Amino acid sequence: MLDHRLLFVTGKGGVGKSSVAAALGALAAERGKRAVVAEVHRRTDVEHVVTAAGADHVSIDPQDAMEEYLVDQLPRALAELLSSSRAFAYLAAATPGMRELLTVGKVWELAQDQRRTPGAEPYDLVVVDAPATGHGVAMLAAPKTFADAAMAGPIARQGRIIHEMLADPARTAIVAVTTPEEMPVNETLALRDGLEQANGQHLALVVVNGLRRKRLTAEEAGALESHREHPAVTAALGLHVLALEQRAQLRRLRRHIGAPTTTVPYIAGGADIAAIARRLDGALA
Amino acid sequence: MSIEPRIAGKRVIVCAGSGGVGKTTTSAALAMGLAARGRKVAVVTIDPARRLADSLGLDELGNEPRLVDPARFAGHGIEITGELWAMMLDPKHTFDDLIAQLAPDEKARDEVLENRIYQELSGAVAGSQEFTAIAKLYELDRSGAFDVLVLDTPPSRNALDFLDAPDRLTSFLEGRALRVFLTGPTGLAAKVVGRGTSVVFSVLKRVTGVDLLTDLSVFFRALGGLLDGFRERAAGVKALLADPATTFLIVTSPEREPVEEAIFFAAKLAEAHLPFGGLIVNRVTPAEGLDAEPEAVVAELTGELGADLARKVAATYRDARALAQRDTAAIARLRREIGDEQPLLIPQLGGDVHDVDGLVRVHEHLFGPAG
Repeated sequence: MLDHRLLFVTGKGGVGKSSVAAALGALAAERGKRAVVAEVHRRTDVEHVVTAAGADHVSIDPQDAMEEYLVDQLPRALAELLSSSRAFAYLAAATPGMRELLTVGKVWELAQDQRRTPGAEPYDLVVVDAPATGHGVAMLAAPKTFADAAMAGPIARQGRIIHEMLADPARTAIVAVTTPEEMPVNETLALRDGLEQANGQHLALVVVNGLRRKRLTAEEAGALESHREHPAVTAALGLHVLALEQRAQLRRLRRHIGAPTTTVPYIAGGADIAAIARRLDGALA
Repeated sequence: MSIEPRIAGKRVIVCAGSGGVGKTTTSAALAMGLAARGRKVAVVTIDPARRLADSLGLDELGNEPRLVDPARFAGHGIEITGELWAMMLDPKHTFDDLIAQLAPDEKARDEVLENRIYQELSGAVAGSQEFTAIAKLYELDRSGAFDVLVLDTPPSRNALDFLDAPDRLTSFLEGRALRVFLTGPTGLAAKVVGRGTSVVFSVLKRVTGVDLLTDLSVFFRALGGLLDGFRERAAGVKALLADPATTFLIVTSPEREPVEEAIFFAAKLAEAHLPFGGLIVNRVTPAEGLDAEPEAVVAELTGELGADLARKVAATYRDARALAQRDTAAIARLRREIGDEQPLLIPQLGGDVHDVDGLVRVHEHLFGPAG
């Protein structure tokens, strides 16, 4: 998994997507790779964890990406003229899909041997903390959409090059994050279909986050039924039911998804990125 | 406690919050509860997993509200004395409808709808959800067909996107640059399609490829004909969101990230002078009955259950306590930061709550015990 050049981590909101992306970046850094975690939605609360593990962290801003692109593509004076042109800024901002294209273009740039940014070092691995499912698919499809719309010219050419990389399973892997609950599992199955239809891509891995511990056997739970009046027994049975329901969803996911899955245990008190990285380390070994 | 006093007399109820906190189920249960109290309610949702469709036993929700058969609830102790309507928003469809409504004539409408840029890009991009959601809300409100509208907001990473949608559209349309671009024979659009003299646009051509640029300029020119309609609509939407008969409910879970998002969103609401109606915290682990220390639990239960099982119960009990403590702290923080002294707490109901039974259970917690 970590031998890819690009990892897109996506999934339904609230399933721990950002934590898994951060953990993958941290893990790659621990294994001696030059890794960067790129996020696209102005969240910086995982930054310190990522950098502490030795990976870089960037927050992609479409406006900056646009300016960078112009500087690279055009003579300096022209690039500055365009960058400061309000008409151009409005036009770019109003063009549907332009944000997605610029974002994914920057992601692609980060993953090149020859970085466009002067003096920038190449990365072995770029982990993208991608937007939630629907936006995520739109982002992955943007280069192809633009290439088809423009047909000729540099944007079309670049769109095709970027799409080629995204669609190459040797270089790009898409990781879905979910929790073992009915609706997130449904959305993960829908994500798989959406990716295949929009882009001909497949999921490389599904990380099932927040799996609760099942401590009781069916016999033990049965034996406890007659002691329900005790508050501790009530609480224990309540969590036991949650754990059982989660396992039923996990089985359903595994039956239908057609991609490898790995689980990460539930951690009360929120995401522990180091713990997730440990878990994934074992799973990806 | 009941949500009722918070929403009494409201015509528009917007449920906001981050993804995965049970917002859609809450919206549906709220709408069902109001319909059971004699109101004619429409719930609008934007959910790719079709949760609401599942909840209401509908295979397909079209882009117009559909009446939910009251018989669905009959066996569940819910009597719909009003009407419950439900719809799932289709952003592309809504946008097409909007263009059709705002276009001064058929020619202008077709020019936009048939534009390759519009066709290829508008459908592919999810970014228009925020605007189309409130455009639909506005349209339903203006239709006067419903007593109450409940909107389940898009699963936006940043709640701001939703609040800002009308403003962003207006400021874009009123931008001087766009007007220069759009208007008259000397406008930039004319130059692009015409002689292409502007340096900016000759460079643009080079960057984007000429086909894209021509389509773009036709697209924006065509859109220009709809400018007044768009501006009016955006102003209307803004007024609707700020109306005293509108209320925003913030839905969250006690998990760390949704809590931070809820606090952030509440601050933004206040800043924008939009009406905040209350906080709903889903999936709370109740702290009642969890006072005893786990060691005491082992001692108490060993006699009856044996040491092994008693220890297992105590370990699970310890998990539940940790969750309850986390939730108590999260709720205290929400109370303090958002200034809602009496947030509505809905306990962890065991698994997903996505069917009619689930809606009924959420409903009981929202409206209080029946009677």
